[in-house]
Amino acid sequence: MTEVATQPPEARERRKLTGYWLLLPGALWLLLFFLVPFYSLIATSLYDPEGSILTGYDMTWAFGNYVTALQDYWPPLFRALWYGAVATLLCLVLGYVLAYAIAFKAGRWKNLMLVLVIAPFFTSFLVRTLSWKLLLGDEGLIVDTLQFLNILGDDGRLLATPFAVIAGLTYNFLPFMVLPLFASLDKIDPRLVEASRDLYARPIVGFFKVTWPLSLPGVVSGTLLCFIPAVGDYINAQLLGNTQTRVIGAVIQSLFTDANDFAIAGALSMILMIMILAMVLLYVRRAGTEDLL
Amino acid sequence: MSQVAESAETDGSTGAGSAGSGLHLRNLRKEFAAFTAVHDLDLDVPSGSFFALLGPSGCGKTTTLRMVAGLETPTSGSIALGERDITWEKPYRRPVNTVFQNYALFPHLDIYENVAFGLRRRKRKDVEREVDAMLELVELTSQARKKPAQLSGGQQQRVALARAIINRPEVLLLDEPLGALDLKLRRSMQIEIKRIQTEVGLTFVHVTHDQEEAMTMADTVAVMNAGHIEQMGAPAELYENPQTTFVANFLGQSNLIEGTVRGRDGEDVKVDMQGTVVTIPGQRAHVAGNAGDLGWVGIRPEKVLIAEEGQVIDAPGNSIPGGVVTDVSFVGVSTQYLVRMPWGQELTVFEQNTGRRRLFAKGERVDVSWRPEYAFLLDHTQDRAAGRDEDAD
Ligand SMILES: Nc1ncnc2c1ncn2[C@@H]1O[C@H](COP(=O)(O)OP(=O)(O)OP(=O)(O)O)[C@@H](O)[C@H]1O
Ligand SMILES: [Mg+2]
Repeated sequence: MTEVATQPPEARERRKLTGYWLLLPGALWLLLFFLVPFYSLIATSLYDPEGSILTGYDMTWAFGNYVTALQDYWPPLFRALWYGAVATLLCLVLGYVLAYAIAFKAGRWKNLMLVLVIAPFFTSFLVRTLSWKLLLGDEGLIVDTLQFLNILGDDGRLLATPFAVIAGLTYNFLPFMVLPLFASLDKIDPRLVEASRDLYARPIVGFFKVTWPLSLPGVVSGTLLCFIPAVGDYINAQLLGNTQTRVIGAVIQSLFTDANDFAIAGALSMILMIMILAMVLLYVRRAGTEDLL
Repeated sequence: MSQVAESAETDGSTGAGSAGSGLHLRNLRKEFAAFTAVHDLDLDVPSGSFFALLGPSGCGKTTTLRMVAGLETPTSGSIALGERDITWEKPYRRPVNTVFQNYALFPHLDIYENVAFGLRRRKRKDVEREVDAMLELVELTSQARKKPAQLSGGQQQRVALARAIINRPEVLLLDEPLGALDLKLRRSMQIEIKRIQTEVGLTFVHVTHDQEEAMTMADTVAVMNAGHIEQMGAPAELYENPQTTFVANFLGQSNLIEGTVRGRDGEDVKVDMQGTVVTIPGQRAHVAGNAGDLGWVGIRPEKVLIAEEGQVIDAPGNSIPGGVVTDVSFVGVSTQYLVRMPWGQELTVFEQNTGRRRLFAKGERVDVSWRPEYAFLLDHTQDRAAGRDEDAD
C-alpha cells in the first residue's frame, strides 16, 4: 500500500495508458482483417439461399442454410476432420520422436537439425505437394518397391488414395508439430530425468512420469497447429487424392468461386469453424493445460 | 575418530541397510576426454556416519557423487556398498538417493507426490502413512498440496531431503544442498539436516565447499583437491594436524615458515627455523625427516602467543624473538595481529580478548612463541599458498 502511495497518481495514470497505446496497432489490425471479414462471413451465411449473381443477395436471417449445408455436405466435412485427426496423430508420433532426438541426443547437431526441419518451407507448399505426387506415382520408386516386395498388388496404387492424402498432410504439417514439441522438450532440465532415475524410475517409467507431462504444453500447441490447418486444407486431397477424397475445404472453395452459392459456402465455413473451436476447447480442457498454454 | 567408531556401531541397531557396512570407493577414476576429473579415489564411509566431502570448486566432488549415484560411469575403479559391488548397477536399482545441488524437484507434481515418487516406483504399500510421517519430520505437512514453485528456498530444500530420505537408502548423497540458501537459513538448515540424520540413522555423504559447514556437521571430513583426497579424518584432527599445505590453508588459516631439519631427538623432530631451533612432535611431522631437508613449519594463528620483547612467555619450547607488529585489527571477541619476523615474513596471530592482556600497538617490538605440540611440519615440495583463498565463501 505504502509503495503505491509514494508514486504520483499522474505517473500511474500515464503508465496505464502506455499499455493501451501498445495494444492499439494489434487491435486495429484484428479489427480490420479479422472482425470485419468475420462479420461479413456471418452475414453471408445467412443470405437468402435463392439469391444469385443476377438477382443479387439479401441477408434474410436464413438459418435454414446451416441445415441444408450439413445435409448436403456432411461426408466431406467429416472426411476432413478424420483426415486431419489421423494426420495429426501421425505427426505427433513422428514429431515426438524427432523432437526428442533433437532436444536430448543431437548434441552439437541440434541447430543444424532444426534448420533441416524448417528447410521445406524454402519451397512452396504446392511444389512440395506436387513432388509427393511424383513420389507416390504409379511408376514411382515407392510403388515399384512395394510391388516387388508383394506388399502391394500388381494393380495396387498409392496415389489417388486416402493413404496418399494423409501422407501428404502428415508431411506438410510435421514441422508445425516438431517445433513446439522441441521448444517444450528442450526446456526440460535433464537433472529432472536424472532425479527420476535416482528415485527408482526405469527409463520408460521416467519418460511417462516426468518427460511426457512436462512436454504437454508442446503436445497441445503442436497438435493444434497441425490439426486446425490440416482440417481446412484441400490441396493435399485435391493433388494426392481422388473424387472420393474430396474434403470440406474444396467444397467451400468451389461453392464460393464456381457455383456462386455464397450462402451455403458461408454456412459451411461457419460450421467448420464452430466445430473446430468446440473440439479445441474440449481438447484443451481434457489435456488440463489451460494454465500451461 | 572416536565419533566415527561410535556411529558405525549405532548403525547396527537401526538396520538401515542389509549390507550395512558402508560405502567403499576403490581406485575410482573419471576422465572426460583428456581431462581427469577424479584421480584414483579411495574412500571408505562407515555406515551410519555423517561424512563430508570438502573441496574447492571444480575439484571433482559432484563427479564423485554422480558416480556413486550411477548417473556417471567410472572410467575405472569400483564402488561397493558393504560387500555388494554396484559399480555397474543401474541408478534406479541402487539403494542410493541424492539431494541434488538445485533440488531438481518435479515441477508438475505437488509436494506430496514429489515425496511419494520413490515409494510409488517401488510399489510400496502404505505410501500414504510414510509420506505423512516424512512430511511431519521435515515440517511441511501444511504444504503437501502445493507445487514446488510455490515454496520458499528453504522449504524446497526440505522437500528434496524428504523425497530422498523416505526411501531409506543405504547411502544418502547431498550435493551442496545448502549452496543456494542465504547464510542465516543455511546455519539453521545445517542443524536441521544434522537432526534428521541422527533421527533416521542413515549414512550421509555431504558435499560442500564450505569448510565451516563440513566441520560443524560431519563426523568425518575428507578434503578433496584436484580429483584426489588430500586428507581424511575427524574435523578436529584435520584441523589440528594437517598433513599437507593444502589442508593447512584450506581448513582455517596457517602460518607456514620455512625451516631446515636438524635431525631427530627421540620421537621429536628438530628444525632450524630461520635461526631458532624448534621442536615438532613426531606424529605431527609429515616429512622424511633427514637432516638437511627443507620443510614448512606450520602453526595456527590462535596457537601463537605474543609478548613484549624480552619477557618470558608462558610457553616452553618454541620462542622466536625480534618481531614487529605491523597491523592490528580488533574484531571484538579477538584481535588479529600481523607480526613481521626478522626474516621478513609476516605471521598472523589471533588473540582472545580475555581482558587479561593488553593490546599491542602497531610498530611495537614483540616476541612470539608457541607450544611445540601445536606445530606441524609439512613437505617443502608442496606449494606454500596451496588452498589459500580458494574457499569462495
Ligand atoms: N560432463 C563433463 N564433461 C567434461 N568435463 C566435466 C564434465 N563434468 C565435470 N567436468 C569437469 O570435471 C571437473 C570436476 O567437476 P565437478 O562438477 O565434479 O566439480 P565440483 O567439485 O562439484 O565443483 P563445484 O563445487 O563447483 O560444484 C571440473 O573441472 C569440470 O569442468
Ligand atoms: Mg558440484
